[in-house]
Amino acid sequence: MSVWDLLSDHTVRVVLLGCTMTGAVSGALGCFAYLRRQSLVGDVVSHSALLGIVLAFWIVYGVTGQGNRSLMVLMPGAFVAGLASLLLTRRIQRGTRLKEDAGLGVMLAIFFGTGMMILRYLQRASPPIPGRAGLDHYLFGMAGAMTRADLWMIAAVGSAVLIAMILTWSRLKIITFDQQYAAGLGLSVNGLEVLLLTLIVLGIVIGLQIVGVVLMISLLVAPAAAARQWTHSLGVMVWLAGFIGGVSGAIGGLVSAIGPSLPTGPIIVLNVTAIVALSMALAPKRGLVSKWRRRKVIHVD
Amino acid sequence: MNDIDVASSDIAIQSRHLTVTYGERPVLWNIDIAIPRKGITGIIGPNGAGKSTLIKAMLGIVPIASGTVAMCDRNGRTLSGDAIGYVPQRSTVDWDFPTSVFDVVMMGTYGKLRWFQRPGKSERVATQRALEFVEMQDFATRQISELSGGQQQRVFLARAFVQKPSIYLMDEPFAGVDTKTERSLLEIFRKLRDDGSTVVMVHHDLLRAHDYFDHVILLNRRLIAQGPTKRTLTESNVETCYGVSHHMLTTSVDVDRDFHTAAV
Repeated sequence: MSVWDLLSDHTVRVVLLGCTMTGAVSGALGCFAYLRRQSLVGDVVSHSALLGIVLAFWIVYGVTGQGNRSLMVLMPGAFVAGLASLLLTRRIQRGTRLKEDAGLGVMLAIFFGTGMMILRYLQRASPPIPGRAGLDHYLFGMAGAMTRADLWMIAAVGSAVLIAMILTWSRLKIITFDQQYAAGLGLSVNGLEVLLLTLIVLGIVIGLQIVGVVLMISLLVAPAAAARQWTHSLGVMVWLAGFIGGVSGAIGGLVSAIGPSLPTGPIIVLNVTAIVALSMALAPKRGLVSKWRRRKVIHVD
Repeated sequence: MNDIDVASSDIAIQSRHLTVTYGERPVLWNIDIAIPRKGITGIIGPNGAGKSTLIKAMLGIVPIASGTVAMCDRNGRTLSGDAIGYVPQRSTVDWDFPTSVFDVVMMGTYGKLRWFQRPGKSERVATQRALEFVEMQDFATRQISELSGGQQQRVFLARAFVQKPSIYLMDEPFAGVDTKTERSLLEIFRKLRDDGSTVVMVHHDLLRAHDYFDHVILLNRRLIAQGPTKRTLTESNVETCYGVSHHMLTTSVDVDRDFHTAAV
């Protein structure tokens, strides 16, 4: 089957568009997490989201008697659980002697552990819950499971997140670079923090169906790490990371569509890791090759 | 000991019974200070005395447990937020952040920007002027990761200058810069003072404090003394503040500096 045959296939087009958009949104937002040294935050959000996903599924089943795996149902659950884990971490950090990383670790364990437990229960409950098959795809991602309605959901939430990022650009930039100074200017740092965290959480939850909760962190942080090697401007970095994320997502979606039983998450991770490795090696100024050559020049002199 | 004998309109910053705690632990205890509008005021004290916390409490960055602090302009109007030029310690930011000197200085205009607004032409002009004021105009497009310590300090100063504040609050502006840079920074601070701005800075060593400051505040969790430098920076006040004699301190710092110079 040639690439053109693939592209004319309706399902493949849906998968491809969804993966590209997801990669672009999380790549762009990941820059802020990366520069704030909060990469771990992304991991906690995505793992914690599993609890929200299975709870949302369970509740809807309880109400309607029918399991529903559409993003329309599961995404709000994922969002609430992801954001809750972060806000609880902040509370723990302020109210106790636990440091941020310990608080994040505790939250990840509680949310993900409980999520796994409920997931297993739902899968084994008898009589079987209709529609439960494929719920475990949220662990490692399955782009092929995406429906047209899911694609619309991803497109709507993704573009809302990007528009909000562009509109509040100056403020997001200043709280990422120098929070104390921003507070001194009288900007509401707390409000802006919650806004940025909300955008990051939304950027994560739209990708969970495709990449899965376990590996979502790579689509958030790796494009930012790669883009950082090539540029010294935050604006360029965000667009470039969005582009890298989009391309990685697209390739991952395509490969997973060709080999139908491959989970999408690991394929995307391999793509994006290759781009990071290339960037770290080849980028001008920051790249290893350029550093090595400069050292050689100095040596000759 | 609190011999502030100026009329209240000449006071730029005043605190009453100011107490700040981190958790349960008090960091500043019952501080009553009055900082004159004219001149350069040094906030001096040993490590952990709460000097940085004091200016952060003035700015509202750390919460006040009890008491009040007020900053006023010449006409007695209360100042806050972007009317105060805050120059944080250089070490509080990541200098590898992907941005240029011009962009960092322009952040000084963000306090006046509305939500969704981006800096425009007037903000760019003001930024250019601030860069010229600190003589960094040739570095405008430079990456901030390529700057020396002194240049970083100038950039932070320019960022505060853009705000056109009447009060500058600076946290250890001389930390980690060489003697030559220290001199030229001091020139800039004096220019600000002579143009009518109130300049307040946290300073950690006593060396040259007599030359630098018109007024000093000696602080060690509590207020030890405040007032004109000559009258306030006395042997006995310094001993109370640091717990050792002034002579011993300046000599040991001198020896330290000589050692560093020799090592370089």
